[in-house]
Amino acid sequence: MAVLGGQKTAVKPKRRSSRTALQSKQTQLAWLLMLPTIAVVILVAAYPLVRTFYTSFTDAAFGYRTHFIGWTNLYNVLQDGKFRETVYETFKFALITVPSEFVLGMGIALVVNSRFKGRGALRAAMLVPWAIVTVVNAEMWNLMYNDTYGVFNDILEKIHWPGAPFAFTSDPTLALGAVSGIDIWKTTPFVALLLLAGLQVIPNDVYEAATVDGASAWQQFWRITLPLLKPAILVTLIFRTMDALRVFDVFYVLFGAAPCIPGNCKMSMAVYIQENLVSFAGSPGQIGYGSALSVAVFIILAVIVAIYVKAIPLERT
Amino acid sequence: MSLGPAISADAAAKARPPRRKRQPLTLGRVAFWIVVGIIVVYLLFPFYWAVRTSIMPDAHMYDTPVQYFPSSPTLSHYGNVFGNSLFVHALWNSALVGVSVTVLSLVIGSSAAYALARFNFRGRMLMMYLVLSMTIFPQIAILSALLELVHDFGIYNSLWALILTYMLFTLPFTVWVLTSFFRSLPGELEQAAYVDGANPFQTFYRIMLPLATPGMVTTGLLALIAAWNEFLYAVTFEFTPEHYTVPLAIVSFTSTAGSAYAVPWGDIMAATVVVTIPLVVIVLIFQRRIIAGMTAGAVKG
Repeated sequence: MAVLGGQKTAVKPKRRSSRTALQSKQTQLAWLLMLPTIAVVILVAAYPLVRTFYTSFTDAAFGYRTHFIGWTNLYNVLQDGKFRETVYETFKFALITVPSEFVLGMGIALVVNSRFKGRGALRAAMLVPWAIVTVVNAEMWNLMYNDTYGVFNDILEKIHWPGAPFAFTSDPTLALGAVSGIDIWKTTPFVALLLLAGLQVIPNDVYEAATVDGASAWQQFWRITLPLLKPAILVTLIFRTMDALRVFDVFYVLFGAAPCIPGNCKMSMAVYIQENLVSFAGSPGQIGYGSALSVAVFIILAVIVAIYVKAIPLERT
Repeated sequence: MSLGPAISADAAAKARPPRRKRQPLTLGRVAFWIVVGIIVVYLLFPFYWAVRTSIMPDAHMYDTPVQYFPSSPTLSHYGNVFGNSLFVHALWNSALVGVSVTVLSLVIGSSAAYALARFNFRGRMLMMYLVLSMTIFPQIAILSALLELVHDFGIYNSLWALILTYMLFTLPFTVWVLTSFFRSLPGELEQAAYVDGANPFQTFYRIMLPLATPGMVTTGLLALIAAWNEFLYAVTFEFTPEHYTVPLAIVSFTSTAGSAYAVPWGDIMAATVVVTIPLVVIVLIFQRRIIAGMTAGAVKG
């Protein structure tokens, strides 16, 4: 390869050919350096993905012989009313949390982006919710939500809120809000930090020029800040939507293996899949059916990403 | 803004609204500080509540109206938690898994990142996109196949199952952030090394890798935190208490309690504080680097 390259470029100055040799050596090394990463990616991502699709056509269950059963599982997924409830519930969760986190995060980012005494301390405080383990976070809020000795009901009763105390986690009309509140608290600072990073690269003179031209702060936000923030906003929204749709921890901790009945479903898609896979006393995990559910979720998420990427074109530098 | 043209240029230089340091206390100023106050309370109150519950004696745990400051604080819950072998064991397990995953991700990921950042070769962009798409890969979508894989490898209900599968989310992230870090290093150093007769691997290993230490610290911390946090794989792959990680152990405190009044809230919150304080301290010490790492993908997007 190197020799061939050298002959081909023989007309060109000598230095050129030695560079080509170095380059081909570099290419070899590049693939060598990436080999372990490629191996891990194949082992824990690509192969499992292919296998999930394959297994979704079987009746696999641990301890039993596996049979190929064609489209039966996927057909059953479409007929599965409980799964549909969990999809509906998970989308509602995403529709509550992602916009709330975005609006609150933007507000906090704008505040922190202005210079004031204690700005560093506030930015440090933003990392606290983010650093807390999600499961632990859910436990903390579960205590605060308690209907008899929880602090939220105590505050609501002190201000004579009509209807207090509330059973936040068991009342069907409040449960989704309760679980969303936990996620919003944990993730808003993360969203704020992403947006803040975007805000900080907007040059100051853009605002100066706008101020000279008489633009109000409100106009500056809509006409300058938001458009220039578009790449950061897109990335943030994609990451957050994906995270919200694959939510597991908070639902699992707050509601346990709560039944999912029509009109009162306290289960996310991920909890439902996991419940199908793990084996309970006696009955083996439904690997085949669980895989079919996974395929359905994978397709749903892929469609969402495609919509996002299409809706806001990425400008490549 | 209504101060007239004479000062407006100066005011504009100070740009965004609340930067008026020497200005008198206006209504807007007061409102701004109220907003800051609300944000601080919102961010910190839940953790304060965990701390207050962790030092609240059981006798007053279910008092109504609720005590906002414990009248007779106690450290007994911390004693319980450290006397609980399940929890202490879980701390070790989590530390073991977290450190192993982090070290593996850094070793494997840094070399790939260097290749992607510094070498020009066919397929480079393809690999970049592959890595990027993996960072939003839905972990739940391959849970069933990973469960089978873990069974096949004979590492079901062992910590190795977690060390292997956590790389699904720590590795792509490590590669992505370190790639942008390597790219920001000056190229002259490599040129100098080549001139001195070093081969590309020596250049990477001896010159560039040591320079990347700050980036490695950032990504390492983020990988460690992600592994420390993970629950879905842990609850699916581990079922005997000796293999519980911290999130599993804390959940098991509640699930073993019979009723809402039997939940050992004091112990749970003491455990919460124990596992959170080190993380918060680390995060605060390295806050600049962590924020840089978290946002590396977003800004350059």
